[in-house]
Amino acid sequence: MTLFGLGFSAPWLLMGLIALPILWIILRAIPPAPVRRIFPAVVLLLGLKNDEQVTDRTPWWLLLLRMLAVAAVIIGLSGPILNPRDEGDAAGTGPLLVVMDASWASAADWRLRMNTLDGLLAEAGRDDRRVALIRLTDPQEPQFLSAEALRSRLTGIEPEPWEPGPDALDRAIDLLPDENFDTYWMSDGLNRDGRAPLLEAAQDRGQVTVFEAPRNLLALEPMVLADGNLTATLRRLRPGPEAEVTLEGHGRDPAGNPAVLMRTPVTFEAQALTTQIELSLPSELRARIERFEIGGADSAGAVTLPDDSLRRREVALIAAREDREGLQLLDPLHYLRKALAPTADILETDLKTVIPANPDVIALVDVAQLTGQEGADVLDWVNAGGTLLRFAGPRLAASDISRDTEDPLMPVRLRAGGRTVGGAMSWGEPKSLAPFTEGSPFMGLTIPDDVAVNSQVMAQPDPTLADRVIAQLADGTPLVTRKQVGQGQVILFHVTANAEWSSLPLSGLFVQMLERLAVSSATAQPDIEDMEGTIWKPVRVLDAFGVPQDAGVLPGVEGPALVSAPLGPDLRPGLYQGEDRSIARNVVTAETELIPMTWPDTVPVEGLNRSQEQPLAGWLLAAALLLLATDVIATLSLSGRLRGAVAAGLALMLLSATQQGARAQDEPQADPAADARALAATSEVVLAHVLTGDARLDETAQAGLRGLSDTLFFRTSVEPAEPIGVDLETDELAFYPMLYWPITPDQPTPSSEAYAKLNTYLRSGGLILFDTRDADVAGFGSGTPEGRKLQELAAPLDIPPLEPVPQDHVLTRTFYLLNDFPGRWQGRDVWVEAAPPDAELIDGMPFRDLNDNVTPVVIGGNDWAAAWAMDEAGNPLVPLGRGFTGERQREIAYRFGVNLVMHVLTGNYKSDQVHVPALLDRLGQ
Amino acid sequence: MSSVAHLRTRAQEEASRFPALLARAEHLAGTVLLGDHGRRRAGLGDDFWQYRPLQAGDSFRQIDWRRSARGDEQFVREREWQIAQSVQMWVDPGASMRFSSHKDIPTKSDRARLTALATAVLLVRGGERVGLTGWALPPRRGNAQTLRLAEYFSTDGEDDYAEPEARGMLPDAKALFVSDFLGDLAPVEAALTKAADRGVRGVLFQVLDPSEEAFPFHGRTIFESVNKSVAYETLKANDLRDRYLERLAERKDRLDTLCRLTGWQYFTHHTDHSAQSALLWVYRALDGSQG
Repeated sequence: MTLFGLGFSAPWLLMGLIALPILWIILRAIPPAPVRRIFPAVVLLLGLKNDEQVTDRTPWWLLLLRMLAVAAVIIGLSGPILNPRDEGDAAGTGPLLVVMDASWASAADWRLRMNTLDGLLAEAGRDDRRVALIRLTDPQEPQFLSAEALRSRLTGIEPEPWEPGPDALDRAIDLLPDENFDTYWMSDGLNRDGRAPLLEAAQDRGQVTVFEAPRNLLALEPMVLADGNLTATLRRLRPGPEAEVTLEGHGRDPAGNPAVLMRTPVTFEAQALTTQIELSLPSELRARIERFEIGGADSAGAVTLPDDSLRRREVALIAAREDREGLQLLDPLHYLRKALAPTADILETDLKTVIPANPDVIALVDVAQLTGQEGADVLDWVNAGGTLLRFAGPRLAASDISRDTEDPLMPVRLRAGGRTVGGAMSWGEPKSLAPFTEGSPFMGLTIPDDVAVNSQVMAQPDPTLADRVIAQLADGTPLVTRKQVGQGQVILFHVTANAEWSSLPLSGLFVQMLERLAVSSATAQPDIEDMEGTIWKPVRVLDAFGVPQDAGVLPGVEGPALVSAPLGPDLRPGLYQGEDRSIARNVVTAETELIPMTWPDTVPVEGLNRSQEQPLAGWLLAAALLLLATDVIATLSLSGRLRGAVAAGLALMLLSATQQGARAQDEPQADPAADARALAATSEVVLAHVLTGDARLDETAQAGLRGLSDTLFFRTSVEPAEPIGVDLETDELAFYPMLYWPITPDQPTPSSEAYAKLNTYLRSGGLILFDTRDADVAGFGSGTPEGRKLQELAAPLDIPPLEPVPQDHVLTRTFYLLNDFPGRWQGRDVWVEAAPPDAELIDGMPFRDLNDNVTPVVIGGNDWAAAWAMDEAGNPLVPLGRGFTGERQREIAYRFGVNLVMHVLTGNYKSDQVHVPALLDRLGQ
Repeated sequence: MSSVAHLRTRAQEEASRFPALLARAEHLAGTVLLGDHGRRRAGLGDDFWQYRPLQAGDSFRQIDWRRSARGDEQFVREREWQIAQSVQMWVDPGASMRFSSHKDIPTKSDRARLTALATAVLLVRGGERVGLTGWALPPRRGNAQTLRLAEYFSTDGEDDYAEPEARGMLPDAKALFVSDFLGDLAPVEAALTKAADRGVRGVLFQVLDPSEEAFPFHGRTIFESVNKSVAYETLKANDLRDRYLERLAERKDRLDTLCRLTGWQYFTHHTDHSAQSALLWVYRALDGSQG
């Protein structure tokens, strides 16, 4: 029934409105209930009269409120419908077939389509028409059902990321039912062959109505790489006015979270069908981008997946420490960099950042130990197809890695120490390379005569060793070994990557070997012939909306089909992984034709925005509820029960109820406390100590560093601020030049993230002063609990070989000239990074030219903090020794501290000072 | 079984209330007693007060010969005035006193009894005789009297508004009437007139709940007395506020005028203020009027 443009599904319920006046009278007679209060002074009130006598009846506005609520309930229950479809509108009464193109091109307006279809089905349901549905991208035998049954299934109907091919259209014609029916065709607006026969077949059986979205369809062609820049071509279906769209690059940020990594506006000129844009992206960013898409297009046609054809090989170079700055030719990475630069993109950051970028190769140059988390990440990455390229070096030789059991990230087990041949102290000659054998990837490379190896790390003889050697020396010892790990591989060069251990990196052979190992080879477009007989495994596939999905258990695709076959259920658009490269199949390519469909005049074409029937019952009932809630508040306030706090509470409740949906997305907030701390730590030099959890010890460390800071302030130009205690788990370490780490037997072992942070800190030039505080009575061993704890704590750290401080170490003369390094105790040795084995005493020089850089650790047990400890007034806190001797010892302790900080801050500056006379001499002074 | 338990519970309740009130009263009295004892004047008593030279009019029998023998002058030995005063109290036992508007505020009767008993403790310590008006408990000295007072104070009356007991007042005694004075004022007037006739001076101590002073009520309300003997319904309580306050002020004014006419003192105390301030005022009022 229709009343005032509203339809009612249960109009007789409106009779209830007649009862409203009666309700009015009843409600009016019942005033709000009074509050009963005990009040002894009531006698004073006796005889007082109220001025306003009306409120013993319900006020008219409250009555009106309640009437409205009741009326809203009555009308709401009678089922009002806005925009009811006229009965005369229905085209017929016979069965109805819904034909959906359901291709990627309809995905953009899918919701609109489904809403329209829902409306049409509701209408058909009221007319008792049976309805069937057929999707042309995946034609199935249509079953005529009741419209409501089909409506309940609508949410499960999805478009497919391909177009209906001629086969599918032919099959659809075969599947058309024999009886007569009308057809609703939800078209995607694209012209394609094979539509006409289907249209004819449908028109034979009844009337056809076409529904088409008016929106202009956008498509994105695959990126083309030229001159290092990416070119994106955007297309649209119909010419239109000037329009701006956004091109987005999606991928993972360094933390591994999905993010929009690139966003750029692209403009279609008026009437233009295509537009192009050149993207100049950093290669690292380019490698991270997993898909390009037109923002908001929501269609697989507006998404393109980059594959290997866009990529240069990405090689991450990671050295143990930035060693010997300034000495370029001795840089462990120098030759690798030179060899790879022409053909590969080189990433040089730390491991944690590199892994989410998913490089093809990670080269670890003389890196021995990876912390637990890093190691696990790298292993995962290798398992997923990465190539881990390792080079030996002094650190690897000195470490315990892969000694007793084979490390998963090492191809072979190593013998301790390595060997040196052909040096000054050995009889042998430098070894040359043996010819490459059959099966080695280097087979066929010519070996220059001048390649010689002086030092190498030695592999333990193993049953598997022979299989893993891919290059060996003339005496049969392995030079390069390789093993497969998961889908990836681990390759170890048993020599250094610079010319220190061999002349291999100087030769052209080195470059050729890297190429053969697919470290540096570039990729080109695949040919069908190349693809013959290969099987490609889908990694990610796109759905029709352009959202990448995990390929799951989809079967592999044969190579030729991958290149040439049209997309369909067997070949979904997506990224396919082959043996050593990946290929993307995109929905829209340069060859795809986008032509708008022109329907014959006999077919009525409707838009999708039909006015929808809008049931109003829900709104009315909600309004009734709201009115009743208002009534509660009004009644409360009338009877005097609504006072300050209660009113505020109710208002809050209402507010929160209305704002429930509009809650803003939580943005990651910068922590102001952390910021303030970072500022405090970076605006001045700040010494830091590791918080051990032992309050007393932490206090002493704080006081000790304060004492040292004050001493530095008074005596040197280093003017540190108040020292800071550092929590390894939560705080950033990079701000502090040095960390004082007192060892207690019972302090917690840091987490693997904390270790990763510590290793980064050590690699980037930080210094940790470990203090076992046990006077080193056990001779730096496992004799004391602190010593054992230190070993346990330092095991996962990337610490170079150590030695006791030699007499000519730079620590002995950075500020004061020192012979020993006492703290509270006059302990024995203090250990620092070992001098390189080739350091020799030159005649006329007072000391050797030792490490060029700051030693990453200083380990001792002299309890320096206690010796340095000062209270606020500058008085020593801990007694030291006896009388003047004790004071002298404290003074020396301070001097050690000054020297240490100077060493941290100036590095080898004092070492270089010895060259000043020679430099002046050379300048002719 | 249950009746035995009930009896025991009530007995314990009664027993516990009694010393608690006394203890609190003693405690409160202790805060006032400090440095405020002694009559500090010559008079009848047992304790030595001072020697003074013989004056004309003193009889020779008064001369203290032992002191006078030390010099040429004659001295008279005076003793400290130790006359005992009788103070008679009346604490309103009416139901209207058993009211408090907030759980953190004591009831009026609690405050009234506490103040009265603390005053009694102070007075007994000062050597005065304390009792109730009427015939029930005539003024006596000693700590036992405070116990008896506490016992009487602990009984509750039935009626909403009690009339002051003005019988049995000793001539020239002191009196302390503690009540909210919300009932009929005529008996109060009669009592005070009668007291004035007998030369009794005293203190009217009005205890009011803060809500009775502020009237913070709104909306449609039925006000009832504690015993529900009186009820009054209003449709808009906030409307009545001004007129109520007017009436209250009028009543206070009347009490004040009455007091001034009869030589009494009048004070209004609110239960949300400290009991100590109340006690201090009452004690001063009683003490000050003794001179």
